[in-house]
Amino acid sequence: MTAQPASGGEPFIRLDGVKKVFRTRKQEFLAVSDATFDVNEGELVSIVGPSGCGKTTLLKIVAGLFPHDGGTLEIGGAGSDFDPARDVGMVFQQPLLLKWRRVLENVLLPAEILGLPMGEARDRARGLIDMVGLAGHEQKYPYELSGGMQQRAAIARSLVHDPRLILMDEPFGALDALTRERMNLELLRIWERSHKTILFVTHGIAEAVFLGTRVVVLTAGPARMADRIDIDLPRPRTLDMKTHEQFGSYARRIYHLLGVE
Amino acid sequence: MGPGLSAQTIWRWTAIVLVHLAVVLIWYLAVKVGKVPKFVLASPGDTVLSLFDTYPWFHNTMVTTAEIFGGYFLAVVVGVGLALLFSWFRTVDALLMPLVVSLNMIPKVALGPLIIVWFDYGIQTNIIIAFSISFLPILITTARGLREVEPDLIDLVRTLRATRRQIFVKIQLPGSLPYIFSGMKVAVVLAVAGAVVGEIIASDSGLAYLIGQVQVTLDTAAMMMAVLLITLVGVALYLIVLGLERLVVVRDARVETV
Repeated sequence: MTAQPASGGEPFIRLDGVKKVFRTRKQEFLAVSDATFDVNEGELVSIVGPSGCGKTTLLKIVAGLFPHDGGTLEIGGAGSDFDPARDVGMVFQQPLLLKWRRVLENVLLPAEILGLPMGEARDRARGLIDMVGLAGHEQKYPYELSGGMQQRAAIARSLVHDPRLILMDEPFGALDALTRERMNLELLRIWERSHKTILFVTHGIAEAVFLGTRVVVLTAGPARMADRIDIDLPRPRTLDMKTHEQFGSYARRIYHLLGVE
Repeated sequence: MGPGLSAQTIWRWTAIVLVHLAVVLIWYLAVKVGKVPKFVLASPGDTVLSLFDTYPWFHNTMVTTAEIFGGYFLAVVVGVGLALLFSWFRTVDALLMPLVVSLNMIPKVALGPLIIVWFDYGIQTNIIIAFSISFLPILITTARGLREVEPDLIDLVRTLRATRRQIFVKIQLPGSLPYIFSGMKVAVVLAVAGAVVGEIIASDSGLAYLIGQVQVTLDTAAMMMAVLLITLVGVALYLIVLGLERLVVVRDARVETV
């Protein structure tokens, strides 16, 4: 299955030669150079690359946390009503739950900040907590949950204001290998049910191939785009696909691009 | 958690009571078996009986309590207040925080005589001494708590265009509560010390003043009773702070101190 085309034929996110330079008093540091790729509405695009390749920087540029220094970045297509405050949800490597709030109150944080009607938001939050598999844990504090469960709560929080775009920065990087596999499957299930566009940053090549409709490969140093690879594996994806020859050839191609042989 | 007493809680409180009783027992045995003279170490019984002597116990206890609680209350208000100011205005923080660190190095006990010169002796002066000794740790830990916010968490709310006020009310302030209480717990001990220092240097009432009075007649039992009462006032204040912390701070977020 290939990526679903965007409604108007235009991509949802378009990056063309996006560049970012960090300047300190003494030196300049090129964090991102010439990032060029499209993301269609409803796609789950993995961005893979080694540590320090600037993939987090790229994600934060898309999130609007800081401006880029060159190239063009368009989100939502021409003349769309994409609202950068309401239409972005974020998940980080750490769950970043507020220790003093219960799960439900944590999930509601974005709705509170945006000033959404709380009655509605509460119902939505309950539904999302259900969807991420935390039903019955609404009234627990973060310390009563395992790392995987905390990250599920963080995912529910990223969805509570019904954003169109979810940005994930190595969300399962701090979890043990088994939990990580399980969360990958969960994420695919959540993605298929919520019809969101997801940008998923990772340094796990297998994870990138397994999740993505497409994989953007960045090389070390300033994030240089090495390639964009459409992942043509059937959906729904299952763990045994990782042993398929096709999966292996995608992974090999990425290893090769990243200079790992 | 929860309203019911768990077996663990009951065990903990039993242990606390038993350990204290054991100390009293050792004290009793030391006096009885060791045949320590009365003016060196009074027995637990004699110490308690000294309460029936003609000393104005109640009045002096009230004075010391007022000094400790008054100084402590001021310290919490000023300490937390200044920390908030520091976190709201960066220039104030940059200018005054180094000064606060230097001030913290001053042995505050040594300031006692000076403060008495400035304000004359009396309850209000001892309140000022207790306050000046105990407010700096509260200020320093609170300021640190307000600063300690995960940068990624700030990014997360910034994508939602959170206002500074929202970040303060929803993240910074509740996040700093465990630190505030950590500073407050340290400050209890200091406030007690401050009030006592003031009373010992110059005063006409209070439990530490009483200690000075009865020392002349070598009434060791009364001296020990006075120390005990001061300790009890401190413990009472500490328990109030612990109780407040329990009400306000979620268990996992509490910063463990003594």
